[in-house]
Amino acid sequence: MAEPSDGKQRDESLDLPGRHIGQPFRRVDGRAKVTGTTRFADDLHFPRLCHLKLVRSTLPHARIKAIDFSSAADVPGYLGSLTGRQMPHPFGILPVSEDEHALCIEKVRYVGDPVAAVAATSEEAAYEAALRVEVEYEPLDTIDGIDTALAADLDRIHDYGDGNNIHKKVSMRFGDLEAGFAEADLELEDTLFYEGNTHLAMEQHATVAVAEDEDRVTVYSSTQTPHYVHRALAKVLELPPSRIRVIACSNGGGFGGKSDVFNHEIVAAKMALELGRPVRITLNREEIFYCHRGRHPTLMHLRTGFKKDGSMTAQHLRTALDGGAYGSYGVASTYYTGALQTVTYDLPRYRFDGVRCFTNKPPCGPKRGHGTPQPRFGFEVHLDKAAEKLGIDPADLRLRNLAEPGSVTANWLQLGTIGLRRCIEAVVAGSGWRERYGRLPHGRGLGLACGSYLCGAGLPIYWNHMPQSGVQLKLDRSGGVAVFCGEAEIGQGSDSVLAAVVAEVLGIDLADIRLCVADTDLTPVDLGSYSSRVTLMVGHAAHQAAERARKLIAQAVAKRLEVPRERLIFAERRVFDAADPEKGLSFEDAVTVAEAKWGTLGTTGSYIPPRAPGKYRGAGVGPSPTYSYSAAVVEVEVDPETGLYRPDHVWIAHDIGRSINPVLVLGQVEGSVYMGLGEAMMEEQAFRALPRHLSSALVHKTPSLLEYKSPTFHDMPPVTSYLIEDPDPQGPFGAKEVGQGPLLPVPPALANAIYDAVGVRIDQVPIQPQMILKALDEKSRGRQARYGPKVFPEVDFGEILRVLTPAEGGDGHALNEHGEKKAHGMSGADGTMSSRDEALKDKDGAVTTK
Amino acid sequence: MAERTTTLELLINGESRVVAFPTHHTLLEVLREECGLTGTKHGCELGECGTCAVLVDGQPVLSCLVLAAQMSGREIETVEGLQEGNRLHPLQQTFADLNAAQCGYCTPGILMTAKALLADNAHPTRDDIREALSGTLCRCTGYHKILQAVEGAAQLAAGEEWTPAADSLHGATPPDRGSE
Ligand code: FES
Ligand code: FES
Repeated sequence: MAEPSDGKQRDESLDLPGRHIGQPFRRVDGRAKVTGTTRFADDLHFPRLCHLKLVRSTLPHARIKAIDFSSAADVPGYLGSLTGRQMPHPFGILPVSEDEHALCIEKVRYVGDPVAAVAATSEEAAYEAALRVEVEYEPLDTIDGIDTALAADLDRIHDYGDGNNIHKKVSMRFGDLEAGFAEADLELEDTLFYEGNTHLAMEQHATVAVAEDEDRVTVYSSTQTPHYVHRALAKVLELPPSRIRVIACSNGGGFGGKSDVFNHEIVAAKMALELGRPVRITLNREEIFYCHRGRHPTLMHLRTGFKKDGSMTAQHLRTALDGGAYGSYGVASTYYTGALQTVTYDLPRYRFDGVRCFTNKPPCGPKRGHGTPQPRFGFEVHLDKAAEKLGIDPADLRLRNLAEPGSVTANWLQLGTIGLRRCIEAVVAGSGWRERYGRLPHGRGLGLACGSYLCGAGLPIYWNHMPQSGVQLKLDRSGGVAVFCGEAEIGQGSDSVLAAVVAEVLGIDLADIRLCVADTDLTPVDLGSYSSRVTLMVGHAAHQAAERARKLIAQAVAKRLEVPRERLIFAERRVFDAADPEKGLSFEDAVTVAEAKWGTLGTTGSYIPPRAPGKYRGAGVGPSPTYSYSAAVVEVEVDPETGLYRPDHVWIAHDIGRSINPVLVLGQVEGSVYMGLGEAMMEEQAFRALPRHLSSALVHKTPSLLEYKSPTFHDMPPVTSYLIEDPDPQGPFGAKEVGQGPLLPVPPALANAIYDAVGVRIDQVPIQPQMILKALDEKSRGRQARYGPKVFPEVDFGEILRVLTPAEGGDGHALNEHGEKKAHGMSGADGTMSSRDEALKDKDGAVTTK
Repeated sequence: MAERTTTLELLINGESRVVAFPTHHTLLEVLREECGLTGTKHGCELGECGTCAVLVDGQPVLSCLVLAAQMSGREIETVEGLQEGNRLHPLQQTFADLNAAQCGYCTPGILMTAKALLADNAHPTRDDIREALSGTLCRCTGYHKILQAVEGAAQLAAGEEWTPAADSLHGATPPDRGSE
């Protein structure tokens, strides 16, 4: 078959206005969701299915002395057990921190760390057997937070990292900071804290593993990243990847919580291979709180120089992250607490120091906004304070400082279109900001904040030269189109984006499309549903595959109808002549003609993001094909007597580039506002030591849906959402991300609104009524009207990586990074971008937006 | 563990069947495991999230909190029985059209609870809906589309026309005064 060239050259001006793109349509999986027929992992059933249960550590930090299964084996229905020694290979989502074992071997590192596994014929029997497994421990020091982690003389949780219980230290400087501060008329410093919180997806994580042969296994799982699970399984099970099939079932919510590889997924596969029968495990809600991988508790310090006109001259941000017991995505999370500080406003000089600590708590990882909601909260509260000091309206301060579309930031991020001006204008107009801000009665206030997020991480998690997303189409004489793609539907609507793009290009109905997704045996690799990458990357890959199919069909039809190929229109399930619409074929006949001409029809599409300009170590975190922008205004009512408060209304505007399906976009916007309010008002993944007579173990304070407070129907205020459309050439049909960005402005907008209402600053989230009362009390005593952390810990960040900014004539490299070995492994965070050129050179056919 | 089992005739979605199950199993477990009706979901199995709600004699019940053994002679309705033949129930239509079911995991419980509400109160106010559904958590939607979908379904069920409001499909249009 002739290799069709990239279809982007086609003159798209002839296309009819989008039949699918931009229109609200019922999501392709909508019927399955409302009829209860969507198959989640726990819904699967197989003959001879047995049940797996993990034995989890009861101590936060201890050496494992012995494990005794003798009493467990007596439970009727007991089938078998596993320990870590049977799976000795470590794994971890990032190649630089493969520090986990499927079951702990030497040590346990948090309460809940899995040490053993048992299988039985019923769930109850497995549970009973797990309770009977006896583990003997030798306790070690408990590292309960950032301060203890920084202390020199305590037991180390891991024997790698940047010293003591420090996992990772980062220090980088872009431009001459001191010159920047010297120019400033106002220098402002703030210390703030963002508490950890968890994803709380309603679906409990579940995995079903089915042995297909002695060395072949299929794993069905609630995962956002089947490809990464596949890789980890191959490694730990010591099997060629071709013998392992991972199928991501529809996720009952993800939010980042199912984007890591989990112990239970690996253990289930191992147990299935051991027992030769299907194995299921479904975590209970308490276990899920302990698996976590959610928002890092983060302490922040900001120092920023401002000129009288509000422009910024320099910023120094320091962050300290409580990472929990394992690496997870933590290296990337650490970089992310600094990387996106420059993409919203013009920040000519910037320094970032970050440190991630190991502590004896469940590992933190990525949650909606991955590492960026914390510094975004810090920055936007900081700006609110600056606006007051400078006598500039907070909305105007932001409008004056907007980053330049298409510019390269001080830390070498290539920006795309920026719809932030229109976002701010929309929420300002909608909320009546100009008339009402600063003028509402005591106890009522308005707060404004902005945010920005990636549309897909520029680099994959492990270094490779392959596409980050692939799509395959199969067409035949039925007129039906089968679309194969590795993407994972987690509720966000990725299936619908995939189908809509293909339907749009081929001019057919959504119902003509059959999807096959997230199956590592059958579908081309897509890296997964994380970093807001799916709409953009899958969208491009689908677009390319569909354009190639269209070209094959058009060539065949042009010949048959004797019409120039360029004049053919694909719409209304027909292929016809633009000059004579009567002259044409049904889509079904058109494919038949093409199948006769070319033989069996199939096309592929793939996508690789453009090369980023930064070349310094760490430049791999932050680049994205483009960025989304959001602005929010929150109106709040605060009772100064009790500190109780209630957000009354949220206005939010999101720069979506272009909506593929506005009703799905709105769902993400509203869901993000909800989750942002939850984090700002109540959600806490916090820990306490049990009383001494109960072992003093460090445990979760609220490991249940009842005790872990999250917003209910009653807590959610009305939300007015504005979709700002400014198509970005980097996005498929101009689209940007929406799944994460709209969360970002919400917490700081709430804190700023509380200040407008009662004149006190709450420099940490979640904001609890007693914090407001305490701050009001301080205020009445003439002290600082503020509640929040006072100091940022002393940390030696080591040698600063010095990088000249584009304005200083830099080339994207660090000045003091001479001839260092280029790190290839951890391209997501530590890897340099230097090999990107080569990677892209090899690419024939992948769409790389330039 | 010596397990006692119970054999009972259960009436589910208008069809009766004889089911044998361990006596201590909840209705949730029996629906999902013994009957293969996996439309009913679970988020906690402790009565805290509302995800597992089904109707028993028309009233919403958390199926993780009741024993199947208590269901003799009771009429059980699950999401599998909601459709009218091959047509969606009005609640299902509006939930699907408004994207009120995103991941769809909380959806079956919410649909069943909303069905009971509409049977009781054909024209609920927004506060009535909030109150009726307040025992259910949804992590995806922020609840707005669910409220709008129940309102739409009430209209459809009453034989009225329902067209979703433009701003619930496209977002709101900002008034024109925001510049500096
Ligand atoms: S599963 Fe029954 S209330 Fe949560
Ligand atoms: S739609 Fe996902 S929890 Fe409600």
